[in-house]
Amino acid sequence: MISMFRRGILPMLFAAVALPAFAQERSITVASTTSTEQSGLFGHILPIFTRESGIAVRVVALGTGQALDVGRRGDADVVFVHDRAAEERFVAEGFGGPRRHVMFNDFVITGPAADPARIAGLGDTAEALRRIAAARAPFISRGDRSGTHAAELRLWQQAGIDPATGRGQWYREVGQGMGPALNTAAAQGAYILADRGTWLSFRNRQDQRILIEGDTRLFNQYGVMLVNAQRHPHVKAADGQRFIDWLLSAAGQAAIASYRINGEQLFFPNADKPEPVS
Amino acid sequence: MQDLASAFTTAFGLILSLDPAVLAIVALSLRVSLSALVLAALIGLPLGALLAVARFPGRGGVITLTNALMGLPPVVVGLLIYLLLSRSGPLGSFGLLFTPTAMIIAQAVLITPILAALTRQVLEGMWEEYAEQLRSFGAGPWRAVPTLLWDGRFLLLTVLLAGFGRAAAEVGAVMVVGGNIEGFTRVMTTAIALETSKGDLPLALALGIVLMAIVLGVNALAQGVRGIAARWAG
Repeated sequence: MISMFRRGILPMLFAAVALPAFAQERSITVASTTSTEQSGLFGHILPIFTRESGIAVRVVALGTGQALDVGRRGDADVVFVHDRAAEERFVAEGFGGPRRHVMFNDFVITGPAADPARIAGLGDTAEALRRIAAARAPFISRGDRSGTHAAELRLWQQAGIDPATGRGQWYREVGQGMGPALNTAAAQGAYILADRGTWLSFRNRQDQRILIEGDTRLFNQYGVMLVNAQRHPHVKAADGQRFIDWLLSAAGQAAIASYRINGEQLFFPNADKPEPVS
Repeated sequence: MQDLASAFTTAFGLILSLDPAVLAIVALSLRVSLSALVLAALIGLPLGALLAVARFPGRGGVITLTNALMGLPPVVVGLLIYLLLSRSGPLGSFGLLFTPTAMIIAQAVLITPILAALTRQVLEGMWEEYAEQLRSFGAGPWRAVPTLLWDGRFLLLTVLLAGFGRAAAEVGAVMVVGGNIEGFTRVMTTAIALETSKGDLPLALALGIVLMAIVLGVNALAQGVRGIAARWAG
């Protein structure tokens, strides 16, 4: 019995656990959002960066709130997210920074083709939300402290409506990523705020379509920050900074601009321009 | 219906095409779950055997506890291991979070109680049968543990397969501690969750069918080995 352990199982165990044959390449960990990962942007731009730099980028895709928390705990080297207020708090608290703006895309409101709240084509997002609330039409909220969730809550505030009053009835918080939330909206014939990138790459649309787009309030800015290496000494500051510098460089910005789905550009680089006030 | 049909077509396509990305995900799944199984077996089997033979105050409580721990929610295990392995946690200096090693640890924690509880159940029956015999050779409970494990090896195979099945099928723990990083910590279950998120339900289901095929293959292999071994032994 014991000799069997020695000869068979123990070496197997060491081979499996003790030999981290995978971890030897040069790499950084980036905490980012589901919208950048699931839209396919990272799949497009990261190989270009890795080819140029020899640095592999490992992306953990979470909601913006969670991604910032991963940075706070020191479990990532770089944070790449989209909630300016939360990002500025992260920097002010000394967890990382400076914050640099990288690119933007926009949010859209999608809903069932039947459009029971009659919002299609409205140029005013606030008015659209007021109509949804008045019609008590089902609305799916991310409810997960993500950047999209924060943007949605700001939009309700601008509309002068507290959606919490409809909680559990027409206002439904799913506490999940963009994709699962879109799945729910499609299944329930509900309205939802989505980032355009995820919407474009989303396959299970059923009869959901874009009803509101183009309002300046639907602007969605992405920012990037290096996690503070003084607070977390193991942070790969040089390689992380190299990734950030590349994102902001002409090459990185061009790589972002060249990502398209069905000919449609998903993200618009704006690192070389002053950041718009949203 | 159309989605289901296209899921099966996609699944066969995935298997037949030997797509390198899918193969890498399959290999990592097997590697993580089998490593977790080995780790868990080293702790769970002796622990279960000991519980089967030892009589001590509070034994009933310990058995109830191991039985209850079989129902550990994977996501809770994931969170626990996350907090332990995080750079801000007690084991942070090892830098294991978001690595396959972290996933192995999480799955091992998840299935150790399953192996221990089922082993205890299986071996208790055997122990009742030949406790007398072993005692007449002067073997105490401690000495009986290896003997019981060896004699019960064919029964314990099913226990191991139950543990492997649970490890290979869970998504909550590996998602939290592995981070579903493409090409590094993405396994079958997290890939399925990701494709579901992207609304590509046929591809998600196809990956699920591939996962089932793998689990089936592992089970068939284990049964085959057991059959051969039984013939040799008999």
